Formats: sequence, C-alpha cells, structure tokens
Amino acid sequence: MDYWIVGLLMDSHLTINPFIHQSIHPSIHYPKQMMLNFKTTEDTVNREVVILGVGMTRGGEHWGKSLRQLFVEAALAAIDDAGVDRIGSMYIGCMSSGLFNGQEHIASLMADYLGQKHVPATRVESACASGGAALRMGFMEVLSGLNEVVLVGGVEKMTDVSTDGATYALSTAADQTYESFYGVTFPGLYAMIARAHMHRYGTTRKQLAEVAVKNHLHGSMNPFAQYRQKITVDEVIHSTAVADPLNILDCSPITDGASAVILCSREIAKKFANGNPSLREKPLVKITGSGQATDTIALHSRQDITELRAVAEAAQQAYKMAGKKPGDIHLAEVHDCFTIAEICVLEALGVAEKGQGGKAAESGYTALGGRMPVNTSGGLKAKGHPVGATGVAQAVEIVHQLRGEAGDRQVKNARVGLTQNMGGTGGSCVVHIMEAL
Amino acid sequence: MITPAEYVREIPAHHRLEAGRCKKCRKIYYPARQVCPECQAREFEPLSLPREGKIVTFTVIRVAPSQFSDQAPYAMGIVEVQPGVRLLTQVVDCDLDKIEIGMPVSLEFRKIQEDGEKGVLAYGVKAVPR
Repeated sequence: MDYWIVGLLMDSHLTINPFIHQSIHPSIHYPKQMMLNFKTTEDTVNREVVILGVGMTRGGEHWGKSLRQLFVEAALAAIDDAGVDRIGSMYIGCMSSGLFNGQEHIASLMADYLGQKHVPATRVESACASGGAALRMGFMEVLSGLNEVVLVGGVEKMTDVSTDGATYALSTAADQTYESFYGVTFPGLYAMIARAHMHRYGTTRKQLAEVAVKNHLHGSMNPFAQYRQKITVDEVIHSTAVADPLNILDCSPITDGASAVILCSREIAKKFANGNPSLREKPLVKITGSGQATDTIALHSRQDITELRAVAEAAQQAYKMAGKKPGDIHLAEVHDCFTIAEICVLEALGVAEKGQGGKAAESGYTALGGRMPVNTSGGLKAKGHPVGATGVAQAVEIVHQLRGEAGDRQVKNARVGLTQNMGGTGGSCVVHIMEAL
Repeated sequence: MITPAEYVREIPAHHRLEAGRCKKCRKIYYPARQVCPECQAREFEPLSLPREGKIVTFTVIRVAPSQFSDQAPYAMGIVEVQPGVRLLTQVVDCDLDKIEIGMPVSLEFRKIQEDGEKGVLAYGVKAVPR
C-alpha cells in the first residue's frame, strides 16, 4: 500500500491547489493541518476513508426513467444521506452504456445532470466489476488527499434493448474473438464452471439451487430488491433451462438501476455526521481494506476452471491491508451473478474450503442467522444486477448493515463486512473490507 | 459482430489453429501472444495445434445469441489438445445427452456463424466426439 502512494504524492504538495478544500464545502472549517497534509506519505497512510452516505434505486425495469435519471436519483440519495452539499470529484462505474443506451462520455453527463459544475468525473469500466473498481478509485483519491469528498456511483440501464441486445452487450465481457465467436453466452461459461465443479467435487444440483433460494429469501426482506418473492429448491431445479446445468433461476436478472456512495476522510466525516441528526447516533463505516486483481479473460485459458484466482488475489490484498482473516468477517456481499459463482467465490475468499463451497448455503452457514451471512441484500440474484452499479450497491448494503439500518434482514452485531465484485468469469475482481468505527 | 478485416486477421488462429510456443520456457499459447505471462519472454515460434483432444468441461446452450439461435440447443465445450493447451468450441454431430467430461474429440473445420449485416461467413473448428 505504501508504494503507490509514494509515487502519487512525490511532488503533490507542489502541484495541488490549496484552495481545493474550500471549494468542497464552504461551511466546513478545515483545521490547519488538513490544509497542509500533502507533504508526507505518513499522513496519507494514516488517513482513514469513510463511507459517509449511501443511496440506490430499486432494481427493476425502470421504463419511465432514463440512464441519467437513475443515476441522479441514487446520487442524490447518497448526498442527502451523507448531508454533504458539494463534492470534489466523481467516479462512475458503468459497463456498457454505449451498447445498452448508445451513450458514452457518461461521466460528464452525470456530473452535469447532478448539478456538479466542472467537477472532475471519470467513468470506470471493468465489466461487471465496474462499480467495485470505481469504489477503489474513489477510495484511492480520498486516501491520497487529492479530494476530501468523493462521490462513487454506478449505473446501468439494460432494459432499453431487447434481451438479445442485452445478452450481446454482456457477452462483450468475455473474449469476443475466442469465446463469444463460437456461440457461448455468460450462462454458458458459468455452466461450464458448474459442470467442472460438480464433476470434481461432487457439488450437487440442489446445492446450486440453495444459493438462489437463500438469496431470494434475503431479497424478500429488502425493499430495494428487484425480486422479493421467495423460491424453492424445486422451483429452481425445474425452471427453464438456460445452459445446462444452469436454469433461469440460477441466473441474476437484467436490471436497470443505480447506486452511489459518498467517501470522505474520517475527520471530515465526523464533522458532517455531527451536523446530521440521522447519522449522529450511528457508527461511521470505514474502508479498511481494498484489493484488486485480474485473471485471464478467457475461461479456457485457466489451469483450473473452478478456481477464481483474481478473487483470491484481490481478497488477500484486502485482508492484508485490513489486518483481517476470512474468519473475522461478519457478513459479505459477493458476486452471485450465477449460483455457481457464489460457491466458487466463497472458496476463493477462504470462507469455504476448496471444493466445499456448495455446502455453505445448503447448511445455512451463509444464510441470515448463520455463522457468516452472505448476500443479505438478496445478492445479484434477487436484488438485481445492473452490472456497472452492482459493486457500489454491495457497499450500500454493507453500510446499512454496519449502521444497523437493515431492518428485517439485519445481521446482529455486524462490525466487519466484505464486498466482492467481479467482471466476466472472474477476469477481474475487486474486494473491499469495511468496518464500523 | 465480425468485420471482414477481423475475419482475415483471425484466419491463422481460427482456420489453422496456429499457436505460439515461447522460445524461452516452451509454454504453448493459443492464440499466439506477444509476451509470455510465465517468463515475460517476447519471442515465440508458431506451431499448429493437434486436431484431437478431450473435453475438459461442457454445457448445452439452450438460450442462444441471435446469430446462433437457429442452431440451439447446441453443446459447447472446453477442449484440451495438449496438457495445458485448451480452446473453447462447439461440440457437434452427437447426442447432447451423451457428452461427458474426458470424452475424446476431433476438431473439424466448420462454419461457425454468419453475420447478417455484413454478410461475413465465419469459419473455425468444432469438436466431434470420436
């Protein structure tokens, strides 16, 4: 963690405009030492990044709302939740507004429609991990001291195109020339992971279904979930076949949605929280670990088809930064784009033994009330999967849980949460660890 | 979406199964690469992959992309042609219920898809159980 900061800040005390802080929030008094905090790497390493506000739209088919309206709705919710009235910069996770909506350059569009004149805004793309990657960019910017208040959002509007159009857009997250070319779909790629996992480890069709059943049960308690109905193992196993052995109820849906968080330094967070009655009594949520990694984009290029190396690598980075082990995590939001994905992710995170991930949902270990609840929001499966927004929405859920605002789905005494967001079949992955202060 | 330029560019890989062997560590990559991820070497020698292999894993696609929908349901598998050298392709000319992991296959030259808009016929290999 020290290394990139050194590079980033080498001469930053010479180049950063000292008035940058004043433009963030004129009503806030900044202590003198904060105005001068660019000079040493030590200060930067010691800076703490807090998620002060969160917001999201409900997942669903928002035919009446545009891409920009969805984003602004989520961003305003986060801004209001945090109680900030100005932001220093923005990062926006979005996978494919070009293919879904024929609109690129959305960082500018979103800053414009959010009314944030002239703020720096950057779109971040890493397929379905775009939101997580954007969160990491915002984390790094606050950590660096470049800006004190950063908005990280994610948005995807997927239902303006036909299902075939959406399938095509999503397929561009695979290797177009050596995977999609031959007619494979994303359910097909994950189905091949599932088949290999079942063959090698004896994972059962029922164990796959248990993941979807659990996540729908959780989603039934989340007012922001796209699907709030409970389902049964039998319904999953007998739902329409998509790519054997995966059925439609093994797959996350096509979703319109947006999510946003406000990141700031702990010092600034305390001031805002003290002035905000709804936050004053709640713990601040700090990002204590961040990791990101890649793997081969093509599934067939991996030595072990069932192993998500990018997830394992990103998780190790995040655990190390946070000083945590898998057993220290109280709850997690993981990337269950397909039921098999949650199983393989839990193994890569070190939550389950290699090959034993199928037992986690089946035994109740990852259900609400279990040892480590996973996807209390309903996960991608039930909450919905607006691809670029998903990684940020995961953080929204963890913040609600760590603040004790999760209602019926509240995990008792939750102090440490983890988010895991991945692109494609695991070609990219971002992991964050968050703790209640 | 396949453009004529891409079609021509990919003939060595898709038609002839041309791969690259790292001159330093001897690892084989399909398709050929410019940098070896194992040893960082940048020199490769071309070779053609064998046209036989076995199925590592597979699926049956029942909901297909539009340019493949007339073929659905169809099987797709990851085929290992040499230890550690794999490619993804369709598994054809067989009973979809009889495909198994470990099954030996031959890779045969076939039409893969046609792009309606540009009229490009794209060819490659498909796996046929032996």
